Amino acid sequence: MTGSGGMGGMTGTAGMTDGGATAITVPTLASPGGHAEPTQGIGASLPPADAEAKTQGIYPYAADLWAEGLLWAALLRSPHPHARILSIDTSEAARMPGVRAVVTHADVPGDAAHGRKVADRPVFASDIVRHHGEPIAAVAADHPDTARLAAAAIAVEYEMLEPVTDPEQAFSAEPLHPDGNLIRHIPLRFGDPEAVGEVIVEGLYRIGRQDPAPIGAEAGLAVPRPDGGVEIYTASTDPHADRDLAAACFGLAPERVKIVVTGVPGATGDREDPGMQLPLGLLALRTGHPVKLVATREESFLGHPHRHPTLLRYRHHADADGKLVKVEAQILLDAGAYADSSSDALAAAVAFACGPYVVPHAFVEGWAVRTNNPPSGHVRGEGAMQVCAAYEGQMDKLAARLGLDPAELRLRNVMATGDLLPTGQTVTCPAPVAELLRAVRDYPLPALPSDDSEEEWVLPGGPDGAGEAGAVRRGVGYGLGMVHMLGAEGADEVSTATVKVTGPTATVICAAVETGQGFSTLARQIVQEVLGLDQVYVAPVDTDQPPSGPGAHSRHTWVSGGAVERAARMVRTQLLQPLAAQFGMSAELLTITDGKITSYDGVLSTTVAEALDGKELWATAQCRPHPTEPLDESGQGDAFVGIAFCAVRAVVDVDVELGSVRVVEMAVAQDVGRVLNPAQARARIEAGITQGVGAALTENLRTAGGMVRRPDFTGYALPTSLDIPDVHIVKLVEERDVVAPFGAKAISAVPVVTSPAAVAAAVRAATGRPVNRLPIRPQAAVAASVNS
Amino acid sequence: MTLPGSLDEAVAALAAMPAAVPVAGGTDLMAAVNSGLLRPAGLVGLGRISEIRGWQYQDGHALLGAGLTHARMGRPDFAALIPALAAAARAAGPPQIRNAGTLGGNIASAAPTGDALPVLAALEASLVIAGPGGGRREIPVGHLLAGYEMLGPGELIGYVRVPLLHAPQTFLKATGRTGPGRATASVAVVLDPARRGVRCAVGAVAPMPLRPLDAERWVASLIDWDGERTLAPEACAAFGEYVAAACIPDPAPAPDGGEPGTLPPAALHLRRTVATLARRALGRALA
Repeated sequence: MTGSGGMGGMTGTAGMTDGGATAITVPTLASPGGHAEPTQGIGASLPPADAEAKTQGIYPYAADLWAEGLLWAALLRSPHPHARILSIDTSEAARMPGVRAVVTHADVPGDAAHGRKVADRPVFASDIVRHHGEPIAAVAADHPDTARLAAAAIAVEYEMLEPVTDPEQAFSAEPLHPDGNLIRHIPLRFGDPEAVGEVIVEGLYRIGRQDPAPIGAEAGLAVPRPDGGVEIYTASTDPHADRDLAAACFGLAPERVKIVVTGVPGATGDREDPGMQLPLGLLALRTGHPVKLVATREESFLGHPHRHPTLLRYRHHADADGKLVKVEAQILLDAGAYADSSSDALAAAVAFACGPYVVPHAFVEGWAVRTNNPPSGHVRGEGAMQVCAAYEGQMDKLAARLGLDPAELRLRNVMATGDLLPTGQTVTCPAPVAELLRAVRDYPLPALPSDDSEEEWVLPGGPDGAGEAGAVRRGVGYGLGMVHMLGAEGADEVSTATVKVTGPTATVICAAVETGQGFSTLARQIVQEVLGLDQVYVAPVDTDQPPSGPGAHSRHTWVSGGAVERAARMVRTQLLQPLAAQFGMSAELLTITDGKITSYDGVLSTTVAEALDGKELWATAQCRPHPTEPLDESGQGDAFVGIAFCAVRAVVDVDVELGSVRVVEMAVAQDVGRVLNPAQARARIEAGITQGVGAALTENLRTAGGMVRRPDFTGYALPTSLDIPDVHIVKLVEERDVVAPFGAKAISAVPVVTSPAAVAAAVRAATGRPVNRLPIRPQAAVAASVNS
Repeated sequence: MTLPGSLDEAVAALAAMPAAVPVAGGTDLMAAVNSGLLRPAGLVGLGRISEIRGWQYQDGHALLGAGLTHARMGRPDFAALIPALAAAARAAGPPQIRNAGTLGGNIASAAPTGDALPVLAALEASLVIAGPGGGRREIPVGHLLAGYEMLGPGELIGYVRVPLLHAPQTFLKATGRTGPGRATASVAVVLDPARRGVRCAVGAVAPMPLRPLDAERWVASLIDWDGERTLAPEACAAFGEYVAAACIPDPAPAPDGGEPGTLPPAALHLRRTVATLARRALGRALA
C-alpha cells in the first residue's frame, strides 16, 4: 500500500493486481492546515506489528502448532440433515491400531449442551441429528489418516426423519428441538396502524446464505495440564466465553481450562467452532496427550455459523412527494438447527427494518425459526445487511413509481441526529446521512468505455471472455445502510486492559483478540498518544487475563480501546504526579514526547527512563459504555449504544443477454466519527465492500433438502481480484461521537451491510428487472427486453 | 512414486504396478488425494517426460504432447496455430492452475466443465494412446469422452492430434463471475474452409461436449466460402437458437399425447446462454 495521503488534494493509489487493475483512491484525510499525517499515535497509519511475518508466511497459526507426542483428532459428522440415532457402535474404530480414544455424547462429563445465548446445541448429537455435519463422535489417533479412517469406521444406525428446510414450514412443523421451532418473535409496533399513504409499493425479497469463509480453516491444539485441566490453543475471537462453555462441558472449574489465542487467519463472524474445540479438549483429557485437529475446508463450511438466509415482505406507504408515511414488514430469519446468536440478529433486523429514514409509523413482525438447514449465527452486519437489501429495494420501487430520482427520494427521507428509530430510541449520535448520500451522488461517475480506450474496459465475463460491448448496459444504484455498534439489548459490554511501563517500553495486556480488525495496532497507537512512548508491545491473549468479550460489532475499538486509554492515563498520572509535585506545578502542564518529559515552560526536562528510576508502573482499567435495554413486547426500547451509517453508490456493467454482472466502481462515504488509523480504515472499508460484493453476486452456500452442496471454493465462489471494482472512498465524515472513546465509530460492518443493496440497485437500473434476490443470479440480470 | 523420463518408461512403470495412478499437473488428482477421496497405491509422475511437453507438425496436423500446460497453450505462438484451444487454455482457471494443469489431464479428468474438451470435439481431434511394448493406437477424442472406448491397463494418453485449419476459431464460456470460474456453458466454433465446414461443440451442459451437427451443416451451407465468408446477424442468431435447441431440447411430448412439459426457468436460462454464446462465437469467427 502506498499513498498515506498527507497533502491536501493528494490521492493514494494502491496495488495493480494480476489481470485486473484495482485502483483505490482515497480523499485526503489531512487536518485543515494541510499538516502531514503523524507517524505515531492516533491518526497515524501505523502498520500492524505482525504484517511482515504474515506476508512472509512465517507467522504461526493454530494449524502450524506442534507438541511432543501429539495425537490427531478427527470428527464423525452427520451425513444427514435430520435423523434419529438408533445406535452408535464405536467398537471397531476403537480396535483399530493407533487409535487412542473414541468419544461420543456418553463421554461428556459436564453439560451435554452449549450455546452463545441458549444452551441448546449438544456437544455430540445423542438421539437426534439436526443438521448436515453435526458432530456425533470424535477419535484421537497417532496419525491423522488413522483418525479419519477410525471416524469413518464408527457405525451409526439412523432412522431418517423428514428435514424441515423451508423456514415458513417451521411454524407448523413438529418441534425439531425440545425448545420448539420459534427462537424469537419481535412484533414491533410504532405509531398509528391505520395510517395509509397515497402511494403504496410492495416487495418480496430473499437473501442467501453467505459464509464467513475464513481463509484459514478452523484448527486447534489441546494440551492436558498436570492439574487435571486443559489448555486449548486456537484462534478464538471470544476466548473467555469459549473457555466458560468448554469448562462447563468438561465438568471443570473455569480456572482449570485455559484458552490461548493463536494467530487468527480471518474472522468476519464467530471464529472457531465450539463443535471442534470441545471434542478436542475432551480427547486431550481422556488420553492425557496433546491432541491436534485441523478442519478440512468441507468441515469448515459444515461446522461454523453462516449468515441467516432471510425472507422479507415489505409494504411502503408514502405521500405524493415521496415522504414515507408507514412501513409494514415481515422478516423471517432461518436460524438453522440451533439458536446461537439469532435473537441478536433478529433484533438488528427489526430495529433497522426501515433503514436510516424518518418513518412516522412502522409495523414490523420478525421471527427467527429453527430448521434443519446449516446453522446461522454471527457474521458481520447480521440482520442489518438483509433488511438493507430489502428496504433499499423498496426505496427504488417507490422512486420509480413516483418518477423521482432514487437519490432525491432518499434525500427527502433521510434521518438526522435527534430522529427516532422505530424502536422509539432517539438517535443521539452523529447521523450525517444526507451528507453521506450527497457525497456519493455528487462524485463524478466513472468514464464510459466509449470515452476510454477499448483495452481498458474489462467486460462482464472478464478479459478474453464472452462479454460483448454491444450487449452491455451500465447501471448506477444507491444504498444507504446502518448498523449498531457493540452488543445490544442490555448486553454487559465491558473490557479490561492493563498497561505497564518499564524503561522506554510500554506493554499492553488486554484479552481483546486481534482478528485482523487492527486492535493491536490501535492499542499501540493509543499508548503512544497518551504516554509519548514509541515502543509499545501488545501481549498475546489468553484467558488468564481479565475478559474483554467477543470481537464483534466493532466493540474492541470502543470498549477495549477505551480501557487501554484509561489504563495508559493512569500510568501517566503515576509517572508525572511526583515530578509535577516536585516542581510545584500540575501534571497537566507536563508533556511526554519521544520518551522525554518537558514542562510547558521548558524548566523541566527529563526522560521517562530517568523519571521511572528503575520502577515499573502498572495500571489496570475498565471501560463500560452506558447500559442499554432489551426490546420490549412491542419492539420498543433503547437497545443500542451507537449507530454507524454509510452511503454507497455502485456502478455496474451488465451483459444483459448472459446476465453477467461486473461491478465497475463502488463509491463510499462513511460516518466514522474519527479516523484513528487512515491506512487501516481504508483497508477495513475495502474489505467490507469486497464481502458485500460477494454477497451481492456470488456467495451463497447452497443446500438441497438440508444437505450442503459443494462445500468448497469451487462451489462457493468468493470474489477474486477481477470481481472487485475500484473502491473510491469519497468522504469519511469525522463528526465525533462524544460518548465513544476518541469519538470513533465502527468501520468494518457498515460497508458489508450497505454494498449488496447498492449493487442490487445498480443491476435493477441496468436491466429493468426487479432484482429482489441476493446473490443476484445471472437469469435475474438478463434484461427484461431479452427475457420475454 | 516413480518419475519416468520417457513415455515408454512411464507405460512400463504403470504395467509394473497396475494400482499406480499417473499424475501430470495434479490439479484434479491431488485435490482428490488431499481431501481423502483417493489413496493411490503409487504415483507415476509424468512431469519429466520432455517428449510430451511440446508439439510437432505432421502432415497438416499438430501432434500436441499430452503434457502441454494450459499456460503454454495460452501463449501467442500456440494461439496462432490453434486459436480456440489457446482461448480455452487461457480461460481455464487462475494462473496457478494454468501453470500446472495439462491438456492430457483435462482429457483424462473428463470433467463436464473441462474447457479444452469442446474445442477438441469441434476440431475432431484424435488421441494417440501409448501402450505396453511401445504400442500406439489412435482413437477419436469423442470416443474416449463418451466411454465408447476406454484406456486399457498400462495405457497413457501420449499425444493429441489436431488438424491445422488455418482459419478463425473461437471459444467462449459463461461463468458465474468475472474472475476465473467453472463454465456454466461453453461453445467452441471452428471454420474448416478446405472442407467448407463449420464445426461447433457445446461444453458444460452435458457430461461430454455436444455437437449440433444439423446446425453446423445448415450454417455451413449459408456461407459463401469462396467470397467474404460473412453472415447476416440474423443468420448468426438463428444458428445460436438452432444450437441451443439441439443441446437443450424441449421436453418430449407425453406418450399419451398430452401437453408436453415446459423447461424449468434455469434450463431456459441455460438455453438462452448457449444461444448467445453460439451466436457470438460464430459472429466473431466470421468477423
